[in-house]
Amino acid sequence: MARAVSTRRKVFTTALAWGLGLAIFFPIFWTVLTSFKTEAEAIADPPLWVNFHWTLENYVTVQERSDYFRHFWNSVVISVGSTLVGLIIAVPAAWAMAFVPGKRTKDVLMWMLSTKMLPPVGVLVPLYLIFRNLGLLDTRTGLVIVLTLINLPIIIWMLYTYFKEIPVDILEAARMDGAGLRNEILYVLTPMAVPGIASTLLLNIILAWNEAFWTLNLTAAKAAPLTAFIASYSSPEGLFYAKLSAASTMAIAPILIMGWFSQKQLVRGLTFGAVK
Amino acid sequence: MGRITLDKVRKAFGPVEVIPPLDLTIEDGEFVVFVGPSGCGKSTLLRLIAGLEDVSGGEIRIDRVDATTLPPAKRGLAMVFQSYALYPHMSVRKNIAFPMKMAGVPKDEQDRRIEAAAKALNLTDYLDRRPGQLSGGQRQRVAIGRAIVREPSAFLFDEPLSNLDAALRVGMRLEISELHARLKTTMVYVTHDQVEAMTMADKIVVLRAGRIEQVGAPLELYQSPRNTFVAGFIGSPKMNLIEGPEAARHDAHTIGVRPEHIAVSTEGGQWQGRVGVSEHLGSDTFLHVHDTGLAEALTVRVGGEVALHQGDTVWLSPEADKIHRFDADGLRIG
Repeated sequence: MARAVSTRRKVFTTALAWGLGLAIFFPIFWTVLTSFKTEAEAIADPPLWVNFHWTLENYVTVQERSDYFRHFWNSVVISVGSTLVGLIIAVPAAWAMAFVPGKRTKDVLMWMLSTKMLPPVGVLVPLYLIFRNLGLLDTRTGLVIVLTLINLPIIIWMLYTYFKEIPVDILEAARMDGAGLRNEILYVLTPMAVPGIASTLLLNIILAWNEAFWTLNLTAAKAAPLTAFIASYSSPEGLFYAKLSAASTMAIAPILIMGWFSQKQLVRGLTFGAVK
Repeated sequence: MGRITLDKVRKAFGPVEVIPPLDLTIEDGEFVVFVGPSGCGKSTLLRLIAGLEDVSGGEIRIDRVDATTLPPAKRGLAMVFQSYALYPHMSVRKNIAFPMKMAGVPKDEQDRRIEAAAKALNLTDYLDRRPGQLSGGQRQRVAIGRAIVREPSAFLFDEPLSNLDAALRVGMRLEISELHARLKTTMVYVTHDQVEAMTMADKIVVLRAGRIEQVGAPLELYQSPRNTFVAGFIGSPKMNLIEGPEAARHDAHTIGVRPEHIAVSTEGGQWQGRVGVSEHLGSDTFLHVHDTGLAEALTVRVGGEVALHQGDTVWLSPEADKIHRFDADGLRIG
């Protein structure tokens, strides 16, 4: 009897998981679908599922009106750049916090996390003025700096959690075997933390890629990434759902593809250490 | 060479002094065992020698060179950890090669030493495996292999056998002793197991609360323990410690008699008692004798096959010249 119950449970949880998964995926699916409709079909009531005139017109228009590849390249530079700079700062920081903790290490970690609870708009004006005075407005350098700082607490926290899982004995063994600090980090700590570092890298590229508040407020044209590219289709000339959908699809496609290919690392990284 | 000298070495964690100033000399080629109950500071002492902890005061010299502030990598010592501490992302071969790689040993010399170590430790067939694919005993051998290839001036062992099962432990104990006989390199070995200490050591250092209670050869500690703590710690089963009028008869505050130095008779003798639990080991039997009026229970060793049962009345007679006498401070008299 226990088996019958567990089968029913299995069916229920499977159905629930699929239902949730599809519900989460639906907006993306609908966006992609809408991007192939005409503007009239996009707002048709009742909504059209597949029986409309499939067209690539929106993609052509979007590419003609705004340069996709320039925005795409800005997005790549900003997200990858800020993640790499963040990692270079975070690896030694997390090493120190995990293996040579001081009295205040926990407090520092909490304090860093608390910056994520601050509403960004609260510091928009001061930051905007600083950027203006330093000539960083609408530059990729400026955005790399901001996004590095915004995501640094998360990068440090993730690495810290992974490093905590590495037995300190092994690092001590490396020291006994004649490794200095550089060799210890290079040959022992880093290879052991590769899954953790990889998932931190991927997650932060995604976070930076999708970041909209700062990228929209601190750029105008030159350094504008794909978030600005999407936004340009939303308000000024009324709503163009089909073109907006085409722009969105083009903006999320690269990160979606990257996420798809690295899902194993992402999941493994996020659950790393959960089970010994 | 591997002569290690500790001169007034002290260690405190914040306000807690775990090792008060301590002097100790470990001669070149000696097998020294630090033994004591858990929390006595024996592992901390080893880590101070290794350089994995900083001393709070005093001086550590290795071969007459002041090593007090040298980082572990520069001390020329090798260490075997209780958890083995192998590099999980490297093959056995790379694990063993790592210290040589750090020391810049030429590649062909590395290979030569790896082959030699693998042969000596029965690891030849496992060189290309990862540590995760090995058994506990094999992992410990890899850890030992990694320690010997770098030809250190001394080996440090931190409870290396505690994670192994009983049968393996006895085997590895022998292997380490044989290794010492072959290499004649200084070895410092930490354990809480007095059997390991007795069987392996040239010199035992008994520690309690960071203080050295006694230093000496195993038999020296067994025959003339300096105080009641060492008397109770060295020897298995424990020495019987008796206080009160019986001790006073010997002009002592406490007297101690080892279980193997008491004769048992069913007809008559010095102390009368009643047999409680008896533990049969095959070769020996340990009787716990109650109601002697001397102590809660006295442990006595008798031969393997004895016909005594729970509740039987027995008489015990200690060997007169094997009685240890201690004063009110627990220190040995005479």
